[in-house]
Amino acid sequence: MAVETRVMNCIMCPMGCEMTVTIENGAVTNVTGNTCPRGAKYANDEVTAPKRMLTSTVAVEGGMLPLLPVVSANVLPKERILDCARFLRSVKVTAPIKTGDVVVKDILGLGVDIIASRDM
Amino acid sequence: MNQLYDVIIVGGGPAGLSAAYSAWQNGAKKIVVIERDRELGGILQQCIHNGFGLHHFKEELTGPGYAHRCIELVADKPEIETLVDTMVLDVQNNKTVIAVNPEKGLLKLEGKTVILTMGCRERTRGAIRIPGERPAGVFTAGAAQRMVNMEGYLPGHKIVILGSGDIGLIMARRMSLEGCKVQACLEICPFSNGLTRNIVQCLNDYDIPLYLSHTIVAIHGEERVTGITVAKVDERMTPIPGTEFDIECDTVLLSVGLIPENELSRGLDLEMNPLTNGPVVDQHRETSLDGFFAAGNVVHVHDLVDFVSEEAEIAGKYAALKAQEKMATENRTVTVKAIDGVRTCVPQKLTMPAEIPADEKVKLFMRVAAPHRKVKLEVKSGDNVLLSRPLPVAKPSEMIAVEIPAAKFAQIGDEVTVGLVL
Repeated sequence: MAVETRVMNCIMCPMGCEMTVTIENGAVTNVTGNTCPRGAKYANDEVTAPKRMLTSTVAVEGGMLPLLPVVSANVLPKERILDCARFLRSVKVTAPIKTGDVVVKDILGLGVDIIASRDM
Repeated sequence: MNQLYDVIIVGGGPAGLSAAYSAWQNGAKKIVVIERDRELGGILQQCIHNGFGLHHFKEELTGPGYAHRCIELVADKPEIETLVDTMVLDVQNNKTVIAVNPEKGLLKLEGKTVILTMGCRERTRGAIRIPGERPAGVFTAGAAQRMVNMEGYLPGHKIVILGSGDIGLIMARRMSLEGCKVQACLEICPFSNGLTRNIVQCLNDYDIPLYLSHTIVAIHGEERVTGITVAKVDERMTPIPGTEFDIECDTVLLSVGLIPENELSRGLDLEMNPLTNGPVVDQHRETSLDGFFAAGNVVHVHDLVDFVSEEAEIAGKYAALKAQEKMATENRTVTVKAIDGVRTCVPQKLTMPAEIPADEKVKLFMRVAAPHRKVKLEVKSGDNVLLSRPLPVAKPSEMIAVEIPAAKFAQIGDEVTVGLVL
């Protein structure tokens, strides 16, 4: 059986507890160092399916600025964040655009839209 | 043509906009917000990451998203005028504001009250005296943020970040997302000055090493940066000989602190606080100069824009009341002193009328001098404990906010102290 331990900081609150997480065959079997149950849940999510929001920019034509800031409508798998960012570097949109407009639908088939975070 | 404004607001970022809205809500009839940039919203427009607004709007927003909310608050209100592309040149003790605008030329505005909301600016290489050559490729993190997020070009490809404040951390992630290689983040203190969340999601996620107690001792390169020499520092932050090593890079981003932007305030006869680098204010955010208010990063640097908005709403409210002559004129002044591990506390004084209005609130915003775990914060006046709050964790990078309960106002003497009990 593959047993590994990982040290990570909880980010659920300003305490930032340093936790030691025991992982057996990809599953969390023990968490120590956390002060509350949110730490254990965070550790479990981080080990099994870490997710992140993505904020970046896309090129925009005819706007006041050459770039439009965008945000993912929901969290994305952490390991695909760089792929998504790379994809957004090739996207070009045209003004006018309103806050909340969908800029990319279902990015890389991950089921999450990328939306404009300002008017342009 | 001179017009008399109830409230003149210098700066159209989140502080200025929140102050304008609050002044409007509190009955001011003629308000103007003056902004030097081509649009309102201030620095938030370049902070495209999310995490703003959880306290104030109860929703997680991006920087431009938060700015948008603030702009909507002042939009379509005939009582609120906004001037963009307008640079304030001088603010005078008699509340005359001189500004210049490419369409209208030189403007002279007169107000019953003035709110200073100029924000802050970044400390530069000159301010921290890094030795070495003077090649291109050294930027403040915020300048690089504007290039990457708004102007559409990259400052470089191989990056080192000096300072682990939140802007530096956010830029480490941002440059990584744009395909750059971030070689390292260096912090002279033995602890990071950024939020744990940002250390995890901006450095660890991208395998960027954080060197604590390290600093740059030389920048190399003639025309362009080619690398830096780093050394470990001792407890007095002096580089330790023999610990030097080199890192290759074409760009150095500085995230070494923010300074309230008070060039205009310094021309006024108002008292400044040498620790916050901002004006001394009371709980209404009125400065020592009658009718002049200040709020946001110009008073003290915040880590959350939510607190900036909250503070600016206080300033806006009381400026509006002052303009309408609804403020008590007979007051006693109480000094608020930061002691025992608390470095700064805003407000630095309280103005207490003989009869305290029912809606009076005294909220204190403070920063500790060094990180602690499991301490108690005590707000006292003489022997009276006004408030005692256990803090599981206290960090210099995270502002602490507490409110003195109204029931305790009667126990406030000539001085209030705010300190930690270890």
